[in-house]
Amino acid sequence: MNDKATRLAQTLKRRHAAERRFQWYGRLSVAFGVACVLFLFTDIISKGYGAFTQTYIDIEVTFDYETLGLTPDSTETDVKAASFNSLFRNTVRAQYPEVTDRRKQRTLYGLYTTDAPIMLRDMVLRDPSVLGTTQQLTIVADDDIDTYYKHSFGQDLGEGGVIGRVNPQQIALVQQLHDQGRIHKKFNTILFTNGDSRDPELAGIKGAIIGSLLTLLVTLMLSFPIAVATAIYLEEFAPKNRLTEFIEVNINNLAAVPSVIFGLLGLAIFINFFGLPRSVPLVGGLVLTLMTLPTIIISSRASIKAVPPSIREAALGMGASKVQMVMHHVLPLAMPGMLTGTIIGMAQALGETAPLLMIGMVAFIVETPAAITDAATVLPVQIYLWADSPERAFVEKTSAAIMILLAFLIFMNSTAVWLRKRLERRW
Amino acid sequence: MAENSKQTMNDTYETTGIPLLKDSKLSVRNVDVFYGDKQAIFDVNLDIGKNQVISMIGPSGCGKSTFLRCLNRMNDTIDICNVTGEIKLEDQNIYDRSIDVVELRARVGMVFQKPNPFPKSIYENVAYGARIHGLTDNKLELDELVESSLKRCGLWKEVKERLLEPATGLSGGQQQRLCIARAIAVNPEVILMDEPCSALDPIATATVEELIHELSQNFTICIVTHSMQQAARVSQRTAYFHLGKLIEVNDTSVVFTNPKHQLTEEYITGRIG
Repeated sequence: MNDKATRLAQTLKRRHAAERRFQWYGRLSVAFGVACVLFLFTDIISKGYGAFTQTYIDIEVTFDYETLGLTPDSTETDVKAASFNSLFRNTVRAQYPEVTDRRKQRTLYGLYTTDAPIMLRDMVLRDPSVLGTTQQLTIVADDDIDTYYKHSFGQDLGEGGVIGRVNPQQIALVQQLHDQGRIHKKFNTILFTNGDSRDPELAGIKGAIIGSLLTLLVTLMLSFPIAVATAIYLEEFAPKNRLTEFIEVNINNLAAVPSVIFGLLGLAIFINFFGLPRSVPLVGGLVLTLMTLPTIIISSRASIKAVPPSIREAALGMGASKVQMVMHHVLPLAMPGMLTGTIIGMAQALGETAPLLMIGMVAFIVETPAAITDAATVLPVQIYLWADSPERAFVEKTSAAIMILLAFLIFMNSTAVWLRKRLERRW
Repeated sequence: MAENSKQTMNDTYETTGIPLLKDSKLSVRNVDVFYGDKQAIFDVNLDIGKNQVISMIGPSGCGKSTFLRCLNRMNDTIDICNVTGEIKLEDQNIYDRSIDVVELRARVGMVFQKPNPFPKSIYENVAYGARIHGLTDNKLELDELVESSLKRCGLWKEVKERLLEPATGLSGGQQQRLCIARAIAVNPEVILMDEPCSALDPIATATVEELIHELSQNFTICIVTHSMQQAARVSQRTAYFHLGKLIEVNDTSVVFTNPKHQLTEEYITGRIG
């Protein structure tokens, strides 16, 4: 008896130690995961927060008929051909009469975005009545000036007197503008209202967001009905035989196929065989449909399986046909799980890059797509493109785009959780 | 005991007692049931009288539930299950090709072992059968049907204030009575009950038994039960199954007081099962 007690005490000690050890493994894993996520988020946010503000410079522009070579009777065509370049340069030069050196004058123009003359022209095209008047304008600063003003302005210059790509003359000019109160930071609306651009200060992700939404729309419209129908048929109607087993194995295999292969498949089938245009959300959506189908089918089947058989028996026992049983009882109970699977599949599709590169959605596209057959790019591809660009200002743009993509993903995942909580009425 | 059963369990056997009736609602002839290669029911012949309660008793795995599920073709849902023989519901073979199971199940309702109300409101549960079979013309008729069905099950007073609340919020006994109300709302001719009280406490059981007794005025009821007391209380006839064979059928009083077959006697005296 005593022997038993001591033996028991020994094993108990060992068992407790094992339990404690195991719990610590778990805690360490969780801590590691949390640390990784925190590191990722702090890194991205610290790099990218700057992109949400933009430096602007105030300037007074007189839309002088003479400089533009226009008259009050000029037509739109005349306005389009007018020399807004000279107007802009003259205006800028006039502010610094002391600068006569041509190269230094070029530096002056370079404070502003290269698109400044085009902006002036567009202004006149929108509202011809500004011609002949003097307007107080706010123009986006050049990306180098922007980066300097946001991150390094006011810092002690080192020995070389150069910070980043900004030279001492520019620094002095910025200081002067700052003292005049003409240079200031504002929330960066351009990021959300513009398409892509070679100039970082003018580059926005609107095109990519719309492209992503259109692509996801196509994906959702195709994959959800197809996947749900497949899942219901395989679970409730299909006989269990070799063929359905074969199909089942293949669906599971499909889920494990690398996404880039779906891109090649899409290129071969949709573009080369069916002749659909390249770079369009329609093809992107078709490819992502192929990719997300297995995910949604598998989760839908799991949630159909989870519906208690007693409910099916109750319905059949009442004389419901099989379709009625599925539509009235199985589907409503399985729907939360199906929707969760769908949203997770969609989130996966939203973050997918490789297959879209294969079908040409990696093109440089400035216009915002208006239809699923317009050339477009998507958020992750936009991130890829910006990360690849040499301009320094694109670094923070890249991080900002990642933040926006992550925001979309978090939004979608929390919608999935909310939907599940909302619909999952276990009563 | 094993030797005893060997002596009486030949491949051809005859059911003791009175399996056949003159005037029957359901007549079962030469029914065999197979699950794949395994035979679960052996050559059962049985008549079930109109507006009678017949109870089926027997040890676990004797095939009584399987047999019950043949009567409204619930076995169709099991792929490997195969039924041969003939089951006639008023001169119509229910396994005939021309018979639609939907129609059959509207005529032969079923109540299951575990209360299985739909995860919908009490009202929707009772109204469901009428809705899918299109039995009522308008909302008013449907309301009346729901009310009368619940009243017949003695549930009306308990739930009339909460018809739109979830049915799963009811107690086990109430849920089972709701399932019975749901079954009788489509006005079936036969009601099959598969151990309807096995998940209920004694008080709820008594209520359901009383209900079965009342329903037998209008419906033919087949009940599978593990409780011999219950069989004795609710049924007019009792059928004893053993290893897939129908051993003895007779008036309930005869089966319990004076069983003719040795296996029946052993079972009701507690030596088998």
